[in-house]
Amino acid sequence: MRRVELVRFAAGAIVAHPMRSALTALGVVIGVAAVVMMTSIGLGAQESVTKAITGLGTNLIIVSPGSNRQRGVVSLGAGQEISITDADADAIAKQVDGVAVAAPLVAGYAQVQADGANWNTQIQGVTPDYLVARDLTIASGRMFDDADARQGREVAVLGPTVVKQLFGEDADPIGRRIRVGDVPFQVIGVLASKGQSGFGQDQDDLILGPLAAVRERVVGRKIKGDAVQSIFVKATAPEMLDTVQDGLTDLLRDRHRLREGQDDDFTVQNMASIIQAASAAIQTFTVLLAAVAAISLVVGGVGIMNIMLVAVTERTREIGLRMALGATRSDILLQFALEAITLSLGGGLIGLTLGSLGAFTIAAIAKWTTAVPAWAAPLALGFSVLVGLVFGAYPAWRAGQLDPIEALRRE
Amino acid sequence: MIEVEKLSKIYPMGEERVVALDGVTLSIGRGEYAAIIGPSGSGKSSLMNILGGLDRPTSGEYRFDGESVGDFGDDQRAHFRNRRIGFVFQSFQLLPRLSALQNVELPMIYAGQAPGERRERARALLERVGLGTRVGHRPTQLSGGQQQRVAIARALANTPDLLLADEPTGALDSQTGKEVLQLFESLNAEGLTLVVVTHDAEVAARARRRVRFHDGHIAEDDRGAANAKPA
Repeated sequence: MRRVELVRFAAGAIVAHPMRSALTALGVVIGVAAVVMMTSIGLGAQESVTKAITGLGTNLIIVSPGSNRQRGVVSLGAGQEISITDADADAIAKQVDGVAVAAPLVAGYAQVQADGANWNTQIQGVTPDYLVARDLTIASGRMFDDADARQGREVAVLGPTVVKQLFGEDADPIGRRIRVGDVPFQVIGVLASKGQSGFGQDQDDLILGPLAAVRERVVGRKIKGDAVQSIFVKATAPEMLDTVQDGLTDLLRDRHRLREGQDDDFTVQNMASIIQAASAAIQTFTVLLAAVAAISLVVGGVGIMNIMLVAVTERTREIGLRMALGATRSDILLQFALEAITLSLGGGLIGLTLGSLGAFTIAAIAKWTTAVPAWAAPLALGFSVLVGLVFGAYPAWRAGQLDPIEALRRE
Repeated sequence: MIEVEKLSKIYPMGEERVVALDGVTLSIGRGEYAAIIGPSGSGKSSLMNILGGLDRPTSGEYRFDGESVGDFGDDQRAHFRNRRIGFVFQSFQLLPRLSALQNVELPMIYAGQAPGERRERARALLERVGLGTRVGHRPTQLSGGQQQRVAIARALANTPDLLLADEPTGALDSQTGKEVLQLFESLNAEGLTLVVVTHDAEVAARARRRVRFHDGHIAEDDRGAANAKPA
């Protein structure tokens, strides 16, 4: 007896009842499609969140004012005490081990004008190190330097989106003048495009200016003295992030004269740990969704078992005849097991296709990078075979155990 | 070829035991054409099931060409049925999904024959039984007599030593029944051993030997009348 023939028997029985076979496989179709879709969506979300966070720069620690209780909230309300300063950034750069750069930042939204064109965008007051911290590069012109900053020059580096909005596509804005709020700035450089962030945010829609000039003349009313809204600290290597975080926390507590037991008056966010936390949260969610979807796979398996039991009863005479003609018990068992597996595997293939299509569609709508993982196919198909095997085993065993005489006599 | 000694078959039916065969001793030689006759419940079907390797005797010996079939395991008996026995049933027992050709191929598939070979043989067998033009027909497209001839071709697929027929004409009208019996006779003339179980006296009359069963015993073993070919 050749095994190939048993596969043909199984396929023949499935094709003989196309409607019934399709409905039987439907449970597995839905189960596999749901699992594939859920994991793909979960992975897509994870990837885009990770990308969004790494879009801020790699090996990055962000220090913001305020205690942990107001974590992440950079409020610029009047009277809000901003607790970190230029000097803190300087000290971090000089005194903490493993720091590549420490770039302070102030930021605000402003109406920008040039040649009668109008655009509302974010203006960030930074130091030249900011480019390093955020992994930004200059496409044309130059970045302002310490000399520009010292002399208080109002010079600006524009993001590509701002250039496009103010001067038009492919225009060369170098040397042109723009007004940020009421303040005239001269354009000296254009940033290379970073495209959209994972959150669908345009990362090219910004203007950089020297920290002091922007702080005093653009966002000045909201920020007093030499305070800054954040310090972007870049570590020399990913392994150094924890050392840097500990080092700068000690340094800032020391500089801010905080006593032991007193809360920090600043917040330190480590990009690596943020990514880790976000990924872990999404992963948990994904596993949960996939588990729920997997339940429908089990329900599909029960459907297959049900129909296979019906088939064994229905085809009792066929089984008896095959035995009379020389089929062994294991031939019969295998034939019915293969029938269940073929049904389940067929359902799995269709489910994989539908699930992938669904995942791509949702990803397209949500503007995510699609992430139907490469292992989805072998996993989905492996699981369908397993479902067929598990739920086909009992009916197949029953078929193999039939008494040929009884079976032949059955009407 | 067939040697049966003190063969008994007892079925437990709840508390009671039904004795279907009670110490039957019988031998059938190669090339014989025997009819097993008797009323229902006389044990003839039980004997046929044991002779065909579908069932095991409760006690006694069944030797086929010297081999003790009664002691065979499940797989051995499956192999025995596949290679040594050809079954013909009253209700034909063709698989409705399959064509005549595919039905005839079935035993050869279980014997592990290559597709090309077995297709050729199945075609030749269907021609032998006069259905050379019907190979692609489904059982439902064939008359009863044609279906039974497909079943006979299938029974011959693995060149069996023994053809076992259980009421082969029971579902046929008398004309097609006669055709089937003629086919049996010509197969027997070619040397095939035939055992036909029937309660039809006309069918039995055409065999060369009649073994009459009654209550699990052999009541009569009539090898006498050579009336194999009545006009």
